[in-house]
Amino acid sequence: MRYFVRRIMFFLLTLWAAVTLNFIIPRLQPGDPAEAIVRQIAGQNKSIDPAQVAAVRAMLGVPGGNLFQQYLDYLNNLAHLNFGLSYSYFPYSVMHMIGQAMWWTIILVFTTQVIGFILGNILGAFAAWRRNSVFDSVVSLGLSFVGTLPFFWIAMVLLYVFAFKLQWLPIGGGYSEASTREFSLGYVADIFKHATLPALAILITAPIGWVMGMRNNMIQTLGEDYTRLAIAKGLRPWKIALLYSARNAILPNVTGFAIALGGIMGGVIFIEGIFNYPGLGKLLFQAVGNRDFPLMQALFLFTTVGVLVANLLADFMLGWLDPRVRKGATS
Amino acid sequence: MATTNRDNLQKADAARATVQDDLADVGSTNVGASPLTAVPGSASAQDDVRPLDAGAAAPIAAEDESIRDDVAAATTRARFRVPSWFNILWMNKKARVGLVIFTLFVLVAVFAPLLAPYDPHNSNFLPSQQPSSAHLLGTTQAGQDVFSQLIYGTRTSLLVGAVAGALATIIALVIGMTAGYMTGIVDDILSFLINLGLVVPALPLMVAVAAYSPVKGVAIIILVIGFTGWAWGARFKRAQVIQLRTRDYITSAQFAGDGPFRIIFKEIMPNMISLVVLSYIGAAMGAIGAEAGLEFLGLGDPNTVSWGTMLYWANNGGALLTGQWAWLVTPGLALAFLTMSLILINFGVDALSNPQLRDE
Repeated sequence: MRYFVRRIMFFLLTLWAAVTLNFIIPRLQPGDPAEAIVRQIAGQNKSIDPAQVAAVRAMLGVPGGNLFQQYLDYLNNLAHLNFGLSYSYFPYSVMHMIGQAMWWTIILVFTTQVIGFILGNILGAFAAWRRNSVFDSVVSLGLSFVGTLPFFWIAMVLLYVFAFKLQWLPIGGGYSEASTREFSLGYVADIFKHATLPALAILITAPIGWVMGMRNNMIQTLGEDYTRLAIAKGLRPWKIALLYSARNAILPNVTGFAIALGGIMGGVIFIEGIFNYPGLGKLLFQAVGNRDFPLMQALFLFTTVGVLVANLLADFMLGWLDPRVRKGATS
Repeated sequence: MATTNRDNLQKADAARATVQDDLADVGSTNVGASPLTAVPGSASAQDDVRPLDAGAAAPIAAEDESIRDDVAAATTRARFRVPSWFNILWMNKKARVGLVIFTLFVLVAVFAPLLAPYDPHNSNFLPSQQPSSAHLLGTTQAGQDVFSQLIYGTRTSLLVGAVAGALATIIALVIGMTAGYMTGIVDDILSFLINLGLVVPALPLMVAVAAYSPVKGVAIIILVIGFTGWAWGARFKRAQVIQLRTRDYITSAQFAGDGPFRIIFKEIMPNMISLVVLSYIGAAMGAIGAEAGLEFLGLGDPNTVSWGTMLYWANNGGALLTGQWAWLVTPGLALAFLTMSLILINFGVDALSNPQLRDE
């Protein structure tokens, strides 16, 4: 129980820290954030129209008063999920834009990550089981090279080959402009077709970390006494591999999954930006281009909170999978 | 079945102990006893070889010094000291390949003005040309030579990798080692900071910070990467220091009245130099990738010549539409090869800190 309480405490503390960080970042630079935003939009050396600054302030809901008062107002707005209005999608609110984009990203990332995790662990376990075989060398060497290729570059090459050259798949978007938004087979197929390239781009790199992690862990667990005991007992090889070695080797990858989510969200910005996929990543990609600060900040906060929640869930899962963690929390 | 790793470790320790016992036999061994090769596991072996020198403030450092002096007496100092770490690196086949590739990149960066056929900013050529003999990789939408940009881009990547990697490593060293050595509230707070740094998604954070910065350019990108990319290294170092802090030589330094910072940086750090190098290379690798990513998002100065901005312009300047594959493919491959060379070098640095991994 103590373990779970500790994890929840850590979650709440990090949540507070992330929220506060989000409050501090725009105020780190000298001067008034509203003025800086106008300057950013207008360009470096242009004169600033005071009316414009006032308009931005009103739009942002930048409160008067001292910093502490501002912080309280900010927390109050957060509690009501009030992030102000988006510049680039004016007059829509930031929340409206995020609400629209959220599900595209969640479905894309969730599906590809689960597939990548399963695939990666199976490949890694097999490479460790057949250590130093041709399969092992091809997998470990090949994947470490693929892992060095920039994520967004892989996406661009895929786009170039499959959408521009071969023209097998659409060049971007989440659905055809012409399609009607209804629950029909054609619409689902259309969405699926648009999701193929982004998913493929994620799936090329997603399993690499798990393959390497699983392979290293499993080489360790294959040498442990309990694996030897299983061999001595004359168990079938697949039972030894899966129920004795792989089962223990997968534990570090479970915690790794949550930590990796942070990096994955970074990758999603590129993938969705390049494929013009209508999710959170594309919103952030465009918010950067349009200097849409309210949207950018809300997205930073959302991805961070999402990753924190995923971490909490992974910690719970680890506590459930591994009794040593649950009971050793006090030490 | 094969022996377990633990068995191997004990064997390696035993082997080191005999090597250090038999210092006369210097010529035959690559297992130099410079501070670079000291590993956590070997400290006990060294303790066994010689009694602790209670008077010295730094028994291990003193030992290393005396061993090196013996070695220097046996051969000559200049002939032995530099190659000891370099030899181990060079003996490792992967690291050798990595060093060669990396040296090539460094040479390209240094001699960029000689190698590049044109000024990378020169935009007087026909725009969006396919590769030809005049323009090996074609031209950009603005009429610049892609090949020259590729060559000059090496400089930016190496610079960002070296400086941002160093910044991240220094922060990681201070925070990680202090957290590992201290206990109680200091460790709790610093550990929380490290864990926070680990879970906050790095790229969205970098984007948020870089987007607000009033000036644009490589310097800002270096700062952003350095200040957001230290958490992994800090965690790694904290774990290492926790393993080292109960060793006898630390206790004796504490009894000798040394303060925590002196112990951390004078006693503990020399014993993990190779681990610091390992994480520095790792941080540099991360920085090179992050720089390309941030530039690609348009958060840098779009007029900087770097592989990231090349890809930014390839994406925004219609390289996909005009079918300029060379403009698209080469910066990515260059990034991959540079990263790969660093990974390969790290295999060799691994071998420095862990004698098991050495190719004999």
